[in-house]
Amino acid sequence: MGMTYVQKLLARACGTAVVETGDVLELPVDLAMSHENAALVINQFNEIFRDTGREPRVWDADKIAIIFDHRVPAESSKTATNQKKIRDFVAAQGITRFHDIRGDVGGICHQILPENGYVRPGHVLVGTDSHTTTHGALGAFAFGIGATEMAAVWALGSILNVEVPGTIKVVVNGEFPPGVYAKDLILHLVGLLTAEGANFKIIEFHGDAIRSLPTSGRLVLCNMSVEAGATGGVVPPDEETRRYLRDEAGVVDELEIFAPDVDAVYDRVVEIDATHLEPQIACPHTVDNVKPIGDVKGRKIDQIVVGSCTNGRLDDIEIVARTLRGKHVAKGTRMLVFPASWRIYTDALNAGYVGDLIEAGAVVCNPGCGPCLGIHQGALGDNETALATTNRNFKGRMGNPGAEVFLCSPVVAATSALTGVISDPREVN
Amino acid sequence: MAKGKVVLKLDDDISTDIIYPGRFMATVLPTETPQFAFADNTEFNEALREKQFPAGSFIVAADNFGCGSSREQAASCIKGYDLIVVARNFARIFLQNSINVGLQMIICPDIEADEGDELEVRDNKVCNLTSGKSFAIEPLPKARQAIIDAGGLIPYARRLLLERAA
Ligand code: SF4
Repeated sequence: MGMTYVQKLLARACGTAVVETGDVLELPVDLAMSHENAALVINQFNEIFRDTGREPRVWDADKIAIIFDHRVPAESSKTATNQKKIRDFVAAQGITRFHDIRGDVGGICHQILPENGYVRPGHVLVGTDSHTTTHGALGAFAFGIGATEMAAVWALGSILNVEVPGTIKVVVNGEFPPGVYAKDLILHLVGLLTAEGANFKIIEFHGDAIRSLPTSGRLVLCNMSVEAGATGGVVPPDEETRRYLRDEAGVVDELEIFAPDVDAVYDRVVEIDATHLEPQIACPHTVDNVKPIGDVKGRKIDQIVVGSCTNGRLDDIEIVARTLRGKHVAKGTRMLVFPASWRIYTDALNAGYVGDLIEAGAVVCNPGCGPCLGIHQGALGDNETALATTNRNFKGRMGNPGAEVFLCSPVVAATSALTGVISDPREVN
Repeated sequence: MAKGKVVLKLDDDISTDIIYPGRFMATVLPTETPQFAFADNTEFNEALREKQFPAGSFIVAADNFGCGSSREQAASCIKGYDLIVVARNFARIFLQNSINVGLQMIICPDIEADEGDELEVRDNKVCNLTSGKSFAIEPLPKARQAIIDAGGLIPYARRLLLERAA
């Protein structure tokens, strides 16, 4: 019986010929990622070593990545103290892949990992962040875990007792029509599967429309796979994966590119024709409350947010800058742009996009999570409405349970910034 | 086994943002997180902090409890009051975090209960003593049984660390 992509990856990782859905495995970890919540991981890590007579030491200081992104620069003394504690730990343990609050190496974890070539096809990658699913876009088995689980990974070098997940195959053929992007596809899919429809499963993406997507778009799909409850999303690697890793991430060593078996067994197959997709909007307060844009058009927006680990990449900022160039953000609406990393920020600056955005009235903020999770900048007022390219619209997500968040693609965000109401990019241009 | 009242009844898709709002994420220690449990539900949060609910009281939810962010505070803040969570099903990361930190949770696909009902857990069933109905419990993932038996991931990992070093 054939194996899915992730089953094949797991068999390789464990050095066995076959694995089946439901098998319980201990997996060696290739990369263990944390952000500011490393403060809790450190605490739990020290707990594991308590009374063992052994010095707390991480299993491999080169396989741990720590990225400050959730609250940068620190918004409070409490955060700054947590960050200091992590910095001291990083120095004491000799952790090499540390991305501090810096203009040369900083950014959001789910952008820093791909752009620095830390993720490879075939990797087992765990992160103390639910959107760790993002890295399946490069052919890794990548999933989110909690802080105590990460502490055990730091101590033992493996992730214990993982059940081999079943897989939903999503086949997307056809061409994306003008104004429709990877974000619209994944919003549509989350609406279709529902917020729990892929719980404990992998979403494996196939089809012409996926093959023709650049890595930036594939990252969007895998990033939001978790919004359907999936353990991970994955795009089996191909020439585009190789191109991205070589040309954009500077990876020089051998890549292990493999495909799922043709006779792989899937729990479910979902087919989507991209040609018929429209711009999609996820309405408050769940990500699966997805509607075609026509249903919510005209809705007044107080704050537009472009950025996050979902849509804060260079092509996203380019499309927003192009839409706003020479025009102005509508009066009564404010627009915040958060590039996903300082490398992207610098590229956007050099390409003139940052200038376009500022002249149009947008506020370009420093790379980081910003308002995405409502703890740092850009909080919403009571009864305010935001339209964001981020990935979650849960009640309270942008810092105020009395506000509403709608989710969309970058071009919808930019078009709506010009009008101050949710607007369809296919009608405006 | 456990017997107690339902002190909170919730719908589908309760996210970890609702259980433990993001703005309190700089507070990480399990000893400190309980004060912010369900912070945006001010009435319930106050009742928790005033210790109105004895250990072993129940939170009853529907589908997909604990979806969203991986923040472990969402499990540790409930564990701090020794409440038991009964839901039709749980989101993966929350389920594993709860097992790892020793929060008691029960998967009960058909559970029907209202706030104030008295529940008792026995013979692999949740019995609603108020309505007289009982509902079968689904076992927790078998992959995690060893961690549950060890009383959580910290003691389990500590044991492995020592065994492997030997
Ligand atoms: S940008 Fe938002 S979703 Fe992405 S890692 Fe940061 S907080 Fe999480």
